[in-house]
Amino acid sequence: MSASAPLLEVSELKVSFQTEDGTVKAVDGVSFSVGAGEVVAIVGESGSGKSVTSMTLMGLTRGPNASFQGTATFEGRDLIAASEAELRRIRGGDIAMIFQDPMSSLDPVYRVGAQIVEQIRAHDDEISKAAALDRAVELMERVGVPHARARLRSYPHEFSGGMRQRVMIAMALSCSPKLLIADEPTTALDVTIQAQILEELRQLRSETGAGIILVTHDLGVVADIADRVVVMYAGRVVEQGTLDELFYNPQHPYTWGLLGSITRVDSDRSKRLPAIPGAPPSLLNAPKGCHFRPRCPHAFEKCTEVPPLEARVSSTPGHLDRCWLEPERKRKLRVVDGRIGLAPEEKVVA
Amino acid sequence: MGRFVVRRLFSMIGVMIAISIVTFLLFAAIPGGNPANRLAGRLANPEEIHLIEVKYGFNKPIYVQYVRTMKNIFTGQAYSYSQGFNVLTEIKAGIPATFSLALGAGIIWLLTSIVVGTLAAIKAGKYTDRILTVLSMTGVSMPPFFLGAVLIYFVGYKLGWLPIGNFVPISQSPWEWFKHLLMPWFTLSVLFIGFYSRILRSTILDTINEDYVRTARAKGLSERQVLLRHILRNSLIPIISLWGLDLAQVIGGGAILTETVYNLHGIGQLAATAISSLDIITLMAIVLLTAFFVVFLSAVTDILYAFLDPRIRLS
Repeated sequence: MSASAPLLEVSELKVSFQTEDGTVKAVDGVSFSVGAGEVVAIVGESGSGKSVTSMTLMGLTRGPNASFQGTATFEGRDLIAASEAELRRIRGGDIAMIFQDPMSSLDPVYRVGAQIVEQIRAHDDEISKAAALDRAVELMERVGVPHARARLRSYPHEFSGGMRQRVMIAMALSCSPKLLIADEPTTALDVTIQAQILEELRQLRSETGAGIILVTHDLGVVADIADRVVVMYAGRVVEQGTLDELFYNPQHPYTWGLLGSITRVDSDRSKRLPAIPGAPPSLLNAPKGCHFRPRCPHAFEKCTEVPPLEARVSSTPGHLDRCWLEPERKRKLRVVDGRIGLAPEEKVVA
Repeated sequence: MGRFVVRRLFSMIGVMIAISIVTFLLFAAIPGGNPANRLAGRLANPEEIHLIEVKYGFNKPIYVQYVRTMKNIFTGQAYSYSQGFNVLTEIKAGIPATFSLALGAGIIWLLTSIVVGTLAAIKAGKYTDRILTVLSMTGVSMPPFFLGAVLIYFVGYKLGWLPIGNFVPISQSPWEWFKHLLMPWFTLSVLFIGFYSRILRSTILDTINEDYVRTARAKGLSERQVLLRHILRNSLIPIISLWGLDLAQVIGGGAILTETVYNLHGIGQLAATAISSLDIITLMAIVLLTAFFVVFLSAVTDILYAFLDPRIRLS
């Protein structure tokens, strides 16, 4: 990370939605930052608030039932307080987004060329249609769509999933964004296509120096591309740090569980894949204190208070987590069967 | 495209033959439907009726009668059983009124329901939406003969703003044509506006949650651009295809109530008179005409559909 102010600084972001059943605290005090040229992965299971966080940065969760607190400072502007008109200029311009499902994220009734041109022209009143089209060809070539000029005249349904995601990336890149938010960009794709798309993102980062927020639940993808990792659970950040800190010295039991549930080629196939017991809490009625407490085999009395997000290991000040356990104890508890994992209930040592 | 048109043409002919057979059988099965009774007049004795039966072949097997009826209709030799007029001449005379009513009302109800449906959808749950919902439901449940009578009484008779009924050809006086058709257009449209705007409202509310709408917002488009270019463009597809079929029905004389209440002398009113006097040959001709327009416009709608939604291929 550079010494200057980061590209994006999210601080104590809270998002809640008013529903018929009550208030859902989808995001409950999330803080992290993204520097230029940095890839920050936000990981967590479905419903952890990772998508809501990323969409809130784009103002896409705004609505009559949503309320927001905290700040998200992007180049000196607060995205949370920004007016709709201000946000519109930033959206698709300085901050662009790629979505999870390329099959449904492009409008089926327009040619892909028209959809890319539409975005270019939304942010540049001067540019002619022909010039915008040329730019679209350039972008499509850059993200590896063959016969780019001819393909601009195709409709989304005439592309494969991987090609559509490339079109989405081309569209996102059209206004040279400084920050790219990729919400599960590879989840709906085949593994081989996944690798290609990740390669595109990596190249983009190195060529343009854009910061990337990668929202995913796939730790393999994270290990592949991320510089830093933010682990979210039930609307809160439970741990964040560099890739190495998180993978080799994880501090929060939830992170242990995540790491422990990765399939490995060398694992004993007769054994069941370790999983974290239980299900994430409903955000309508979240448990008091640590949100992971009901599923945590190591929970104790103090866990009914909310643990602060802070550095527990003095040698790594950027490595933050929310867990009351002593770092010394964590080092013992997180080893299950010789590797990192979350101990099953019966093995808990008092 | 060429193959599609040819195939559609053949299926069109098939459908019309089937419709004509079913209609003919239905009318043949109606008690008291014997056309000889109509032709002979009210005071005829059994001998006279029998003579007519023999003369017109009503005593022949039903398929012979069917072929004969169809031949008469298509050669312009069909004469009304109850009134004696030439059926084709009468239908031709009704075409200007019916077309004027159908096309005018069709445009009014399509455009109005797009505005009403869109407004209701973007204000979903708010007062505007609730008021529009009540109005739509009122429109759907408003029978044309009632609305027509109310309008004629108040707007036509009490206030004297618009002429009461009758049709004036556009060639004679465009202004009079317009004035005479305003109330019929409105009466016929109200029904469809209520129905269409409800459908559009729910289609828009579904479309709003589509991923590509979120993409459109993420691209930095204004709400207006998102609504017009992406939400509305996709939501209009079902409405347009519905419109083709409803318009076909009205063009083919389907607006029986509206035409009759305003005495427009169109095909619909002709049908109403034919039904009340069990004038089978006139009805057959009108049913065939309606069937033709429905089948033809549904083919046109399919072609239009393929233009509106590129995922659909004509084959």
